[in-house]
Amino acid sequence: MKQHKPNRFYWIISIFKLLMVLVIALFTFAPFLWMLIASLHPSHGSPPTPSHLMPKIWHWDNYRTVLTMDSVPFIRFFLNSLLVTFFVVICQLLLCSLAGYGFARLSFPGRDWLFVLFLASMMIPGQVTVIPLFLLVRSFGWLNTYWALIVPGISSAFGIFLMRQFFMTLPKDLDDAARIDGCNDFAIYWRVSMPLARPALATLGIFAFISTWTDFFWPLLATTTTNMRTLEVGLSLFKDSFGNTNWPLQMAASVLVLLPVIIIFLLAQRYLIQGIALTGLKG
Amino acid sequence: MKRKHSKSGLWFIFPSFVHLSIFVLFPIVFALFLSLHRWDVLKPDKPWVGLANYIVLFHDPLFWNAMGNSLYYVALSVPLGMIVALGVALLVQQNTRGMQALRAIYYLPAVSSTVAISMVWTFIYLPDHGMIDWMLRSMGMHQWAHTDWLEDPFWAMPALIFMSIWTGLGPRMILYLAGLTGIPNALYEAAEIDGAGYWATFRHITLPLLLPTTFFILVTSSIGALQIFTPIYMMTKGGPMWKTDVVGYHIYTEAWRQFHMGMASAQSYVLFLVILVITVIQFKMVSKGLEEYSLQ
Repeated sequence: MKQHKPNRFYWIISIFKLLMVLVIALFTFAPFLWMLIASLHPSHGSPPTPSHLMPKIWHWDNYRTVLTMDSVPFIRFFLNSLLVTFFVVICQLLLCSLAGYGFARLSFPGRDWLFVLFLASMMIPGQVTVIPLFLLVRSFGWLNTYWALIVPGISSAFGIFLMRQFFMTLPKDLDDAARIDGCNDFAIYWRVSMPLARPALATLGIFAFISTWTDFFWPLLATTTTNMRTLEVGLSLFKDSFGNTNWPLQMAASVLVLLPVIIIFLLAQRYLIQGIALTGLKG
Repeated sequence: MKRKHSKSGLWFIFPSFVHLSIFVLFPIVFALFLSLHRWDVLKPDKPWVGLANYIVLFHDPLFWNAMGNSLYYVALSVPLGMIVALGVALLVQQNTRGMQALRAIYYLPAVSSTVAISMVWTFIYLPDHGMIDWMLRSMGMHQWAHTDWLEDPFWAMPALIFMSIWTGLGPRMILYLAGLTGIPNALYEAAEIDGAGYWATFRHITLPLLLPTTFFILVTSSIGALQIFTPIYMMTKGGPMWKTDVVGYHIYTEAWRQFHMGMASAQSYVLFLVILVITVIQFKMVSKGLEEYSLQ
């Protein structure tokens, strides 16, 4: 906020701030750390407790047990999540960038009215639409299929808004130059604007990935058999089958579910944070 | 080179518009239609009942208990979460590498699977073996030891609120950081020349200039918190004694445990109305605050 004048309190304040920051980091990170350590405790006997923090022997075999359980096929859940998320992300990148480009760069009758309609749809609580959506998907015969998990997510008002905000920042001269060279609207979008939109597409991609990968409510309702569950719902089945017992196995399963998202997040956090600034500030 | 209206723009919007119409706009209208019927999935006849669902739910103590729980949750988790996030944002606003790494750590819970998060917090809240229990005992607070936080009618909701501050920290902090960089440095320099101390500067410059950011976080967090579902489903199932039965969970049980799709739709429309009213009230409050500082 402001540069502190170096005075005699400066060092005391700096050290105090640093301590605070580290304590909060510990508070944020402790549950993850405890999850990892507890997952290595022996899976039988009384639950791990922080007063005996480290296990005597590190039970990496807990992970093998989790991955080879017949009642909860984790590999299958993982592949389901991967397939669903892959198609949702690809479709969102395409459809949201198309619509975002249309709203930002082209003028056509009813454009502003349509844009307000998309924005307003973001304010509708999911609880209102989920029951009709369920009945609709059921009437299509899509329940318990990949269609039910993918198609409702292939476009999003948030994604359109994000892409529009980005395309608004590109200079209009680029379009005009391309148009003089004989490009039509679609060619300008695909050949000129999309290559420049890589950072925004990365942002949208990571948002779509995280929200689809970690979605729970819709896959819970839209799937009925074990082999169609996604990782998130599968993990809840795991919890249901153990209740408040066998915590090391529950924590090992949680670590397995968290790992892919955390890796993706650490690789791409720059884009995520840009996206929040882009939509949160300019909105 | 100026271009007049062209129709090709419509083709860009078309796929997303079709998607929106089928999967969002139609369901909104269909939900209203459902709420005016006795729509039981398992029964073949689904008679029109007019406003009967709404009349029944207005006299349903369990629904208003759920609404009360949701408001209790929002009233504590959102302001507390925002105060913590603002404090943290002020602490990590220097753009050094170390601070950037810390921000990533603070953000981690927000991208993590809610189911896994709920499982580890259930574990943390265990009586006797849990981390919270152990911390309280090591600090000598033995009167709190052995509390089953998620099974205690008084403590279950505060336990969920505490967890929500932890999960919500990252996104709120990032928004506050963006707001802080938007405040012109000249203002702070002027305040320093005028001899304003840290608190005066915070109270009269930082806080008022962050008002638009605060408003944005307040509205989006409240809307999100009023719809909370997954932690309830995973950790308490609405118990003990309906003390954590929030509206989002209540609607789920009405629709997918009792199969009363009509009644559940009516409840969801009431929730929508409550969200709308709360947003309007927050908007009024903030525009009053903006006028006070003549920032409009």
